[in-house]
Amino acid sequence: MDKHVLLRDLDVPNIRELAVYEANEGYAAWRKALGSMKPEQVMGVVKDSGLRGRGGAGFPAGVKWSFLPKDVFPRYVVVNGDESEAGTFKDHELIEFNPHQVIEGVMLTSYAVLASTAYIYLRGEFYAPAKMLQKAIDEAYAAGLLGRNILGTSYSLDIYIHLGAGAYICGEETALLESLEGKLGQPRLRPPFPAAQGLYAKPTVINNIETLANVPPIVLNGAAWYRQFGTEKSPGTKIFCVSGRVNKPGNYELSLGSHTIRELIEMAGGTIDGRPVKGILPAGESAPMLPASALDTKLDYESVQAAGSMLGSASFIILDDTVDVVWAARKMVRFFKHESCGKCTPCREGTYWALRVYDKIVSGNGSLQDIDQLSDIANGMLNKCFCLLGEFATSPILSTIKHFRPEYEQFVREHQGGRADGYRDELIRDHAVHVLPEESITDERP
Amino acid sequence: MLKEKRAKDIDAILAKYPSKRSAVMPLLYVAQEEYGFCDEQAMREVAELTALDPTEVKSIVGFYTMFFEEKTGQYVIEVCDDLPCALRGADEFVHHCEKKLGVRTGQTTPDGKFTLRTVMCIAACDRAPVAQVNREYHYSLTSEAFDKMVDDLK
Repeated sequence: MDKHVLLRDLDVPNIRELAVYEANEGYAAWRKALGSMKPEQVMGVVKDSGLRGRGGAGFPAGVKWSFLPKDVFPRYVVVNGDESEAGTFKDHELIEFNPHQVIEGVMLTSYAVLASTAYIYLRGEFYAPAKMLQKAIDEAYAAGLLGRNILGTSYSLDIYIHLGAGAYICGEETALLESLEGKLGQPRLRPPFPAAQGLYAKPTVINNIETLANVPPIVLNGAAWYRQFGTEKSPGTKIFCVSGRVNKPGNYELSLGSHTIRELIEMAGGTIDGRPVKGILPAGESAPMLPASALDTKLDYESVQAAGSMLGSASFIILDDTVDVVWAARKMVRFFKHESCGKCTPCREGTYWALRVYDKIVSGNGSLQDIDQLSDIANGMLNKCFCLLGEFATSPILSTIKHFRPEYEQFVREHQGGRADGYRDELIRDHAVHVLPEESITDERP
Repeated sequence: MLKEKRAKDIDAILAKYPSKRSAVMPLLYVAQEEYGFCDEQAMREVAELTALDPTEVKSIVGFYTMFFEEKTGQYVIEVCDDLPCALRGADEFVHHCEKKLGVRTGQTTPDGKFTLRTVMCIAACDRAPVAQVNREYHYSLTSEAFDKMVDDLK
């Protein structure tokens, strides 16, 4: 891959500006589609490209679009820019530094399914990046690329940004729709699927920001061009977010299946001080942690699954041998407990009790039985939760116990009866242990 | 009243959606900008604008973490201490913030200037430790950078 397909901001300075974007093939796909393609042809080329959803599930985008019922209008395109999976920051870069490609992707998708309104749902914390995206949308309106009778055709489209307000669950597509409708962000029962009854119970396409950023180059250059990248089953390029114990954390765009996890870490500058890798989280905190033995796994959906985890959103959090796995697992369970929407009992109660047990262990009051207790709680949640959030919450528990049980046992023994050693500040912050009257915040850390 | 003070913004927000209810979150942001937090009055006004029951508006405020139910400091500092940031020193960094401000996480300084909170991942792990101050990102923070930021805002 000599040039980026998505992170074009790395190749073309100031591509966030409309004039620069247009001088570099920007909106050429949009002009091509409106000028010479029928909506079903746009859908067809995306289907043929084999583009899979980049938000986590990996479902083929063109196929998803084709599920919309024929004659029901209005219909909506909703863009998932909630980007709340820990370790994920690719959509953040796209909307800040290559916003027009995202917008053009939304336009082409809307045209393909004949929607005249699209909502881009961004997490509330993207308040500042949203302003940059809005600026790009305003530019597109001013240039006649959006709005009524676009480029002299009968097609009209409006794109609106909608900000969330701090809820991981809104990345789940039906919870996102609830939130966009002004309700609590809690998932809906499926069926009906959003394609049939989505936003305001109308046919709705929901795709991730990165997915839609792939659409303009596909429509412009064709499916065969796109398939030169990636593998048969995982075509195209993908943005890999690398964070944690590496020297150069950041976004790296690669052809799917072209590199291994080890090579990705090398691209990210290797581990800090060259320490050995202990654990790899390939999809943020949601997918099972892999041990260092998985370092030579290829970076595509099938290979990562075969290795025992999921590629998901491809947010690689790297843990080296300085990291305490029990501490890391507690952090992740804390995340899910905080983000559980409360709708279903296994997730709401399971994450609560799992965190209680982790707090007990990390504060130095754990026993060996508590490790089995954690497995019991996780198994009590597995396949019983209303949506994937609860299922994901079991990943950090079960995978770390599976691969690192001796570390759990050692942790319990070494911290027995202690005062939580280096973890005390953190546990106080999380209200997991009480502040002693004599402790002030200026106390030196133990 | 929001209706008079922010009439233009409110109309623009309501025009974006076929259903008034969809405007509840954007309008709560407007209310929060005006009043500093979502108090009873703010929630009643938003309820009226969206034709919702005030109780429903209150449930929205309670569900989402970015709406404040209580008065905050002038600057709300939200530091991420989730795993990716913590692998790059976020826990130590939050401890430094507490020491510098003289308050624990969740508290507001006695002069009403700063509220310190910790938050879950905010999608900037490549530039950790990271914080938001009144929703604006501050990347790759160090103790020195934090001290300077706080001193400049004082």
